[in-house]
Amino acid sequence: MYFSPEPVRNLKLSHKIVSKQQLSENVFVADIEAPLIAKARKPGQFVIVCTRGNYSERIPLTIAGADASKGTIRLIWQRVGKSTAEMSDMKVGDEIDNIAGPLGKPTHIEKFGTVVCIGGGIGAAPLLPIAEGMKKAGNKLISILGARTKELLILQEEFAAISDEIIIVTDDGSVGKKALVTEPLKEICQRSPKPELAVAIGPAIMMKFCCQTTAPLNVPTVVSLNTIMIDGTGMCGGCRVEVDSKPMFVCVDGPEFDGHKVNFDLMMKRMTAYRDLEQESLKKYKDHACKIGL
Amino acid sequence: MNESEKLLQEMLEKQKNGGLKPADRYAIPSQDMPAQDPGVRKGNISEVATGYSSLQARLEAMRCLQCKTAPCMEGCPVKIRIRDFVTAIAQGDDVKALAVIKENSLLPAVCGRVCPQEVQCQETCTVGKKFKDVEKSVSIGRLERYVADLDQESNSIPQVAAPTGKKVAVIGSGPGGIVVATDLRRMGHDVTVFEAFHKPGGVMVYGIPEFRLPKAIVQREIDVLTKMGVKIVCNFVVGRTRTVGELMNEDGFDAVYIGVGAGLPNFMNIAGESLIGVYSANEYLTRANLMNAYKFGKGSDTPIAQSKRVAVVGGGNVAMDAARTALRLGAEKVFIVYRRSEKEMPARVEELHHAKEEGVEFCLLQNPKRVIGDENSRVQAIEILKYELGEPDASGRRKPVVIPGSEFILPVDTVIIAIGNGANPLIGQTTPGLALNKWGNIVVDESCKTSLDGVYAGGDIVLGAATVILAMGQGRIAAAAINDYLKTKK
Repeated sequence: MYFSPEPVRNLKLSHKIVSKQQLSENVFVADIEAPLIAKARKPGQFVIVCTRGNYSERIPLTIAGADASKGTIRLIWQRVGKSTAEMSDMKVGDEIDNIAGPLGKPTHIEKFGTVVCIGGGIGAAPLLPIAEGMKKAGNKLISILGARTKELLILQEEFAAISDEIIIVTDDGSVGKKALVTEPLKEICQRSPKPELAVAIGPAIMMKFCCQTTAPLNVPTVVSLNTIMIDGTGMCGGCRVEVDSKPMFVCVDGPEFDGHKVNFDLMMKRMTAYRDLEQESLKKYKDHACKIGL
Repeated sequence: MNESEKLLQEMLEKQKNGGLKPADRYAIPSQDMPAQDPGVRKGNISEVATGYSSLQARLEAMRCLQCKTAPCMEGCPVKIRIRDFVTAIAQGDDVKALAVIKENSLLPAVCGRVCPQEVQCQETCTVGKKFKDVEKSVSIGRLERYVADLDQESNSIPQVAAPTGKKVAVIGSGPGGIVVATDLRRMGHDVTVFEAFHKPGGVMVYGIPEFRLPKAIVQREIDVLTKMGVKIVCNFVVGRTRTVGELMNEDGFDAVYIGVGAGLPNFMNIAGESLIGVYSANEYLTRANLMNAYKFGKGSDTPIAQSKRVAVVGGGNVAMDAARTALRLGAEKVFIVYRRSEKEMPARVEELHHAKEEGVEFCLLQNPKRVIGDENSRVQAIEILKYELGEPDASGRRKPVVIPGSEFILPVDTVIIAIGNGANPLIGQTTPGLALNKWGNIVVDESCKTSLDGVYAGGDIVLGAATVILAMGQGRIAAAAINDYLKTKK
C-alpha cells in the first residue's frame, strides 16, 4: 500500500469519506478511509483531523469504531466550530486532507466484574468501543445513555445490543426517564455488590457530576477528556489538565484519567480559551457557505 | 562610486599586485548585515536580515587571513572547509564557494541563518582573536547564506547511485532527518521519511519563525528530497500509526533513523501555570508558524491569544523567537524574564540584539513565582522574584540565588514558558529494548547506533536541546553508519 517498491514521490495518504449520515440536527457519523489507523487503533484512542492542508485547525476526535478489513475508521462529531461545520458539509467521496493517529493511550480493558458505562450526548460515540471491549473481556455491562432530548440521543440500539442492562434518561423526558445520568448512576453504585468500575464520557460538566456521584460510594471512575490540542503527540502542551494537582497532557498521558483526581473546573475554563474567536470563525464560514449556496 | 566600491577596487588592485597583506585585511571594516528597520519589521513577518550584496560579501571575504591551520574549520560541527569557500568568494568565484560548502553541508541556506556561529566557527577565527572581539571575526555565517541564496533558482539535484534494494525509514523530517535521507538516497537506498505533522520540515517549520528562516527555503530543501526520489509520508506518528518494530519486521525496512526532536515542553511547576493565556513556547510558536495563526480570520482557522502585554520566561533562542513573534502579533509590551544575567543567556547575540532593537524589554535576574488569574481563569499578572548571582553551578554558570522579600507584580495577559524540552516518550514506550538515559533521551554510540541493531538516532532526542547544525552533524554520521550496516546486512 504505502510501502510499494515502486518509486513513488510525496505519498498522499487518502482519507475519502465512504459513507456519511446525519444522526441528529448537529451530529454526524462517517466512515472514512484510513487503513493504517483502522488497523492500529484500540478503544479509547483518538485522531487529529485537519480538514484542509494549510489553513485548517487541528482538532482531536475520538474514534467511534473501525473496520480493519475495509480500512475505514468511524468518526462521530457534533457541529460546533468551523472545522466540524466543514466536515458536516462534506459529502461521500470527498477527501479530508489530514488525519493522524491513532493517538493517546488505549483504554485499560480487563475483566473487572461489573462495569457501568455512562455516555452523555455525543460522548456515547467514543464510549461504544470501550463498552464493547469491556463486554468482550467478560464484564457485566450496564449502560446509561443520557441526552437533552430524544432527538440528541445516539447509538441507543448499538448499546442495547451489548448491554446486560441499559438505562435511558433525557432532560425533558421525551424518551426514557426524565432525569440526569447521575440519578441512575447513584442507584447502581448503591447496589450490592456495587460495580467495580464506572466509565463516564460526555460533556465536562456531566463527567464532573458523575465523579462527584461515584467518589463517596468508592466506585473507581475513568473519564475521557477532549481538550484543545494541536499536535496530539505531546509536543505543545496545550491540552494540559490538572490531575491530582499535577499537570498532565491529555494527548500522551491520557485521554483517560482517574476522574476523581481531575480538576474539572479548571479544564472547563481552559476549554473556553478561544470561544469568541471560534464563534467568529464559524460565523464567517456560515456566511460564506450561504453566499455560495451550500 | 561609493566608499565600499572604492575600497573593493583598491583591494582588487592590491590582490593583483602581489596579494593582500594582513594589515590590508585588518583595515577592511567588518560588513554589517543589512536588515529591515526595527520599527517596520516588527509589523511584518518578513525576514529581518536581508542578506549581503555581492560587494559586501567580497569585502567581508577579503578580511579572512586564509590561515594555514584554518581554526574556523575546527569550530564547525560538520567540518566545512570554511577557509577555502571564503577564499573563493574573495576571488569572486561564488560557484566554487558553494560547491565547497556542499561537500559537507546540505542545508547552507538554513545554517547560514540559524547556526550559532559566534560559539562555533567565528569563535575560533583569528581575525576575531586579533581584535579580541568575536563580533569582529569574519562573518562566516553571512557569507554562507550569501552563496546559498545565489543557488536558490538553480534547483541542482544530487546524483543518486544505482538502487541497492535496501529500505530505510527516517522518522522525523527536521534538519537531521533531511540530512540522513539525502545522504542515504544518494547512496542508492530506498528512503521513506515519516512526519507526524501535516507538513514536513520539523522545527524549521513549526518552531523557527518566518522572519528568521523563511518557509520557502525549507520547502526548497524538501522539494529536492522528493525530486531525488525520497518518499515523504505526513500524518504518520511512529509509535502509534506503526511502531519501529512493525516498520522493521512487517514493512520491510532494513534500518531506521530516529530524529524526532525534542518533543515535550517543560513547565515551571508554579501555581497558575494552567490558566488561560499560559503557553509553552512550542504551542505559541506552532500556532503562529505551522498553523499560520497570524492570518486568523483572513484564511487561517487557528486562533492565538490577542495579547497586549506578554511575559516570555527563558533566555534562549526560542524565548527570543516567541517574544519577537508576540510583537508581530500585535503585543504592545513584551518582556523577557530570565533568572540569570545577560552574560549567561544561551540565546545568540544576534537574536538578543534584534529583540532589543524591536523593543523587547529584559527583566534580568528575575523569575516568576506564580501566575495570577482573574475570575475567568485568564492571566492578569505574574508575581516575580528577584535574584542575584552566587557561586558557579555544575554548568559553570553562576547560580542565581533568590533575594528574599523581593516579590513584585508584573501585569501581563499572556505568559510564554520557554525553558526547554524534555524527551518525548512515544517512541521509547513503544520500542522494547531501546535504551534510554534517565531523562528519556535515546542512548547512542559514536556512530549514532542505538541499543537495537539497525536502529540509529540523532538530534535533540539524543542530545537534549541542541541546534540545527548539531542535528545535521549527527545525521551525517548516522547516514554513513547506516550505509556500512546495510552493506554487511544480508
